[in-house]
Amino acid sequence: MIRSGGTSLALTALVLALAALLPLAGSPYWQSIGISIAMFAVLTTSWALFSGPTHYISLATAAFFGVGSYTTGMGIELLPYWCLPPIAGVLGAAMAALVGLATLRLSGVYFVIFTLGLAELVRQIIIWFQNFSGQKGLYVLTKITEAQIYWQLLGLAALVYLAGWAIGRSRLGFALRIIGDDEQVARHSGINTARAKVALFMISGAAAAVVGAILAPRYVYIEPATAFTPMLSFQVVIMALLGGTGRLWGPVVGVIPFTFLWEAISSSFPNQTTLLLGVCFLVIVYVLPRGFVGLIEAVRRRVAAREGVA
Amino acid sequence: MERRTILKTTAALAMAMGLMAAPALAQETLKIGAVGPKTGPLAGGAAVTHWPNIALWSKEVNERGGIDVGGTKYMVEVIEYDDQTNPAETIAAVTRLATQDGADFILAPYSTGLNLAAAPIFDRFGYPQITSTASTDRVAELSGQFPNLFFLLGQNSQIVGNAVDILSKLRDAGEMGNKIAMVNVADAFGIELAATAKPIFEGAGFELVYETSYPLGTPDLSPVMKAAKAAEPDAFIAWSYPPDTFGLTEQAIIEDLNVKVFYTAVATAFPAFKGRFGAAAEGIMGIGGVNAESASFQDYAARHTAATGAAPDYWASGMMYASLQILEQAITGAGTIDRAAVAQYIKDNSFDTVMGPVDFDENNNNPAYWTVGQWQGDAFRGVASTGREGAVAPMLKAGWK
Repeated sequence: MIRSGGTSLALTALVLALAALLPLAGSPYWQSIGISIAMFAVLTTSWALFSGPTHYISLATAAFFGVGSYTTGMGIELLPYWCLPPIAGVLGAAMAALVGLATLRLSGVYFVIFTLGLAELVRQIIIWFQNFSGQKGLYVLTKITEAQIYWQLLGLAALVYLAGWAIGRSRLGFALRIIGDDEQVARHSGINTARAKVALFMISGAAAAVVGAILAPRYVYIEPATAFTPMLSFQVVIMALLGGTGRLWGPVVGVIPFTFLWEAISSSFPNQTTLLLGVCFLVIVYVLPRGFVGLIEAVRRRVAAREGVA
Repeated sequence: MERRTILKTTAALAMAMGLMAAPALAQETLKIGAVGPKTGPLAGGAAVTHWPNIALWSKEVNERGGIDVGGTKYMVEVIEYDDQTNPAETIAAVTRLATQDGADFILAPYSTGLNLAAAPIFDRFGYPQITSTASTDRVAELSGQFPNLFFLLGQNSQIVGNAVDILSKLRDAGEMGNKIAMVNVADAFGIELAATAKPIFEGAGFELVYETSYPLGTPDLSPVMKAAKAAEPDAFIAWSYPPDTFGLTEQAIIEDLNVKVFYTAVATAFPAFKGRFGAAAEGIMGIGGVNAESASFQDYAARHTAATGAAPDYWASGMMYASLQILEQAITGAGTIDRAAVAQYIKDNSFDTVMGPVDFDENNNNPAYWTVGQWQGDAFRGVASTGREGAVAPMLKAGWK
């Protein structure tokens, strides 16, 4: 990706342009699946931007997503819709900066636990505030259509790719790969590891918050229990791992098959959905520890080796 | 003709006949979509109120030969999906029902949030959505945006207002004093009810001698009850959820709380509440209630128990079943499965249900519902409503034995 930067950018643009034609096909069913894929494409890719090189597993996606949803929910009656996703992005980045400064000096399991608790923390703060104000849920009644939501998500996906591509070629990206390999070495080489990690975490958090802001009109009614569902954080991690986090395009390779798998299980086994999804999680982790990217590269290596022998 | 060709022709003919036969068969069956939580935080509530009624209704409809549509009987085939208490999954499932499964009608999902998430999809495909578990104070605005969205359950302001009215009457009759202890669970419904109740209580001249909230899932409610008891209230009001409705009642028995009115909100109307507390439940008030003497409710309760192995609750169960009856009567009444005609029929007509007659107002809202019930004897009887018949007089809570 680093070597063939230009080609991969052009290819990404082509894929996004093709994807943008989906609403014109006119099938509401595929539109709905398209939104799901676009949403998780953004969430997993931005997640992997941070967690891929640094190996910090963040379970904070739901926290950022929820903050974004609440930004739209609270702002929709005061401000025009179009300025809410950017505000959500700024709030998401600010929250990521705070959390990052407090926790990214920690590593390993401490960070994982903190990010998991973050969604619950923000949710409880909102509930406390509601208990204070006496308001139950927020209504987001707009005329925004599913197609418009889909296009916004695609636009955001393009931004995230561009950011990822730029970071991969920058000093920051290089610094992050060193941190991922050995943080001690990175620090001794004069890299400000905390600053590098916080910067990436902010991008990741901002993207997730914007997704939440864009999707709020689709849910009509925003309440803490559904805006901050921990399930979302786990879905993002498992999809990114299924794809593989070593490449910028890796997570999307996981999102697409996983969305179809999810749809197939939901429609065929309505009484065992959660059980079968759990089994799939296990199978993915056992059979594909490095994701589809790892599988593709292993196959490629084997082919290369065979050619070498012949 | 070669043998292979004959085989091919036969196969093609059989396929063509199959294709022709398939729609003919489908004409006799109505596909009914059902979406609701089977897993996730709301699965427990849906297992009491949502799914048993769907099972009961579809079984009964098919046993009596189907739904009458313009003289033809249609059997019902229910297609169920688990939305995992996740609005994104509710949207996906309703879309799938509408586009992939070709559902003729889709039953309203469970809870306020999941119903509202699905409302744009119901609206887009023109399905009537008769909600029985959605509570909102913005009925007019919502039915303006989604013209096929109907509300059966009732408004919080009425539920709270009627409870305060009962207390006012008891006080004015000299049967109890002026002091109230009010607590609420710090979660969605509890927050809203408490916020609505406080100004109404104060406006009615009551003195709030104790007031607090506790987080959802608080395992030990004894400090709440001890503090409430120390304030020596005449009435104890809890805007509570199922776990704390049980927890607070248990603590009140332990502390032997001496009040004239003991009120807990959600789940007081569950048969399991009476099952747990037995004689101590006598005189406890809560949200909901039914006309327990009405033949149609007694008959419904008996059928529900026989078909699902559990008695219906005395609040939302009957409403959920009523929503299914309304849909069936509207399909028959309109004499067509055209969804726009059925939705219009629901707006224009009155329906006879297990909860009594239902006639939606201009905002698609059911104006007549039970607001306060009380355990009296073996049933949770309605003591206040917004226009239902059969209310019984409220009684004072007399001890915990």
